[in-house]
Amino acid sequence: FNTRKLTYSQQDSAQTLTPESKVISHNNFYEFGTDKTDPKENAQGLKVDPWQLRVDGLVEKPFTLGFEDLFSSFELQERIYRLRCVEAWSMVIPWIGIPLQSLLKRAAPLSKGKYVAFETLYDPEQMPGQRNPFIGGGIDYPYVEGLRLDEAMHPLTILAVGLYGKSLPPQNGAPVRLVVPWKYGFKSIKSIVSIRLVEKQPPTSWNLLAANEYGFYANVNPNVDHPRWSQARERRITKGGLFSSNRIDTQLFNGYDEVAPLYRGMDLKRFY
Amino acid sequence: MVSRIHFRPWQILGLKLLIHSLCIGWAGITYYQAVTDQLGGDPVKAILHFTGISAFNLLLMSLCMSPLAKYFRQAQFIRFRRLLGLYAFFYAVLHLLSYLLFELQLEWGMLISEIIKRPYITVGMSAWLILLALSITSTQAMQRKLGRRWQRLHNWIYLAACLIALHYIWSVKSDIVQPALYIAMLAVLLGLRKDKLLKPLQGIWRKISTRA
Repeated sequence: FNTRKLTYSQQDSAQTLTPESKVISHNNFYEFGTDKTDPKENAQGLKVDPWQLRVDGLVEKPFTLGFEDLFSSFELQERIYRLRCVEAWSMVIPWIGIPLQSLLKRAAPLSKGKYVAFETLYDPEQMPGQRNPFIGGGIDYPYVEGLRLDEAMHPLTILAVGLYGKSLPPQNGAPVRLVVPWKYGFKSIKSIVSIRLVEKQPPTSWNLLAANEYGFYANVNPNVDHPRWSQARERRITKGGLFSSNRIDTQLFNGYDEVAPLYRGMDLKRFY
Repeated sequence: MVSRIHFRPWQILGLKLLIHSLCIGWAGITYYQAVTDQLGGDPVKAILHFTGISAFNLLLMSLCMSPLAKYFRQAQFIRFRRLLGLYAFFYAVLHLLSYLLFELQLEWGMLISEIIKRPYITVGMSAWLILLALSITSTQAMQRKLGRRWQRLHNWIYLAACLIALHYIWSVKSDIVQPALYIAMLAVLLGLRKDKLLKPLQGIWRKISTRA
């Protein structure tokens, strides 16, 4: 699989980045297998060009982006974000992408559109996990995700097309994926082909699989444990082996306090 | 007719040496890789999975010994049973120590609360304690001392194996294929002992039915 160099506005950060080799070898992308190393092993043949990303639903101006459009239609920005997995590990990743709000504004949402529904490519020929439930971890494919419109319009929410200066490798969700840094990683849906404005809260894959364990909101929250494990702390994956592993406190909204107003008055234990 | 296998003393010694070197060598190499960051993105998770699954593998192997002895009508297989069982406990010790050292990083309060709050950890810890008791009483001196109670105590291995299977399937997110295969293997091994395992149940049933 060939990645390309990207031109983008860079961001400075004091955080220690997770090494690129780990960002691209430790992935959850069940379409290619459930082990962390499966996606890197099995996804290298993924065809991303041509690609079609359809933006439609309750919008005035639906449109489709092709593979080249993903890199040229909007100005690319670097965003160094913490990524907190629901499995209690985390990384710091230099993404390159576009604010989702730029894309949504171009489509001009109608006032009836209250939620945004996302869908991953469905292509069982290319994705062994979609062919075989034993490989795909029992998820009902295609993988679907969703956000409330105000979450989707928040300036922190991006569509990533690259990381570490280059376009995304397949295991990280090439050619285009969502990144919502204050939510657990499974919200950040990969290899997106459809973004649709809808009226009602859309179904989401992990919620369909185990509703008591994975909610629609999935905001990072140290005070709401997963039913089977604690979410109070996390292991930050940086460089180094066993003895340099770094266990730190998990922060509410993964430390992105600016999103708190989105959830004012909501019981976050109930809407987990 | 099944042909009888007979191990010569040097073959038994050789097999035991092989078990020792594989069990210790494998752990040594894997920990070396984890310490030097050659074990994937998350060496802590990798070590926890490696030690846990190795303990389970060894326990299943030790449970294979008496059916093999019966099938080949060769009691010598029993001579490997204790060694494999002790190495299962050895890996279970590494599993718990690694969890405490690298996952919890010596937060003892967290260890206690996790054991109490998380059913899959409660279950895993219970199995660990059973293995501890069986390991301590595994010597021939203890066997002599405990007499008939020794066998009754060591039958707890079947409960431990079931708890370990439960611990495993409960700990995964949704990919239950591998744990399901392990449960199937365990079911076969327990099935071979169904008479022995059902006997106490039959006793209870008889008591209930005669009383009624």
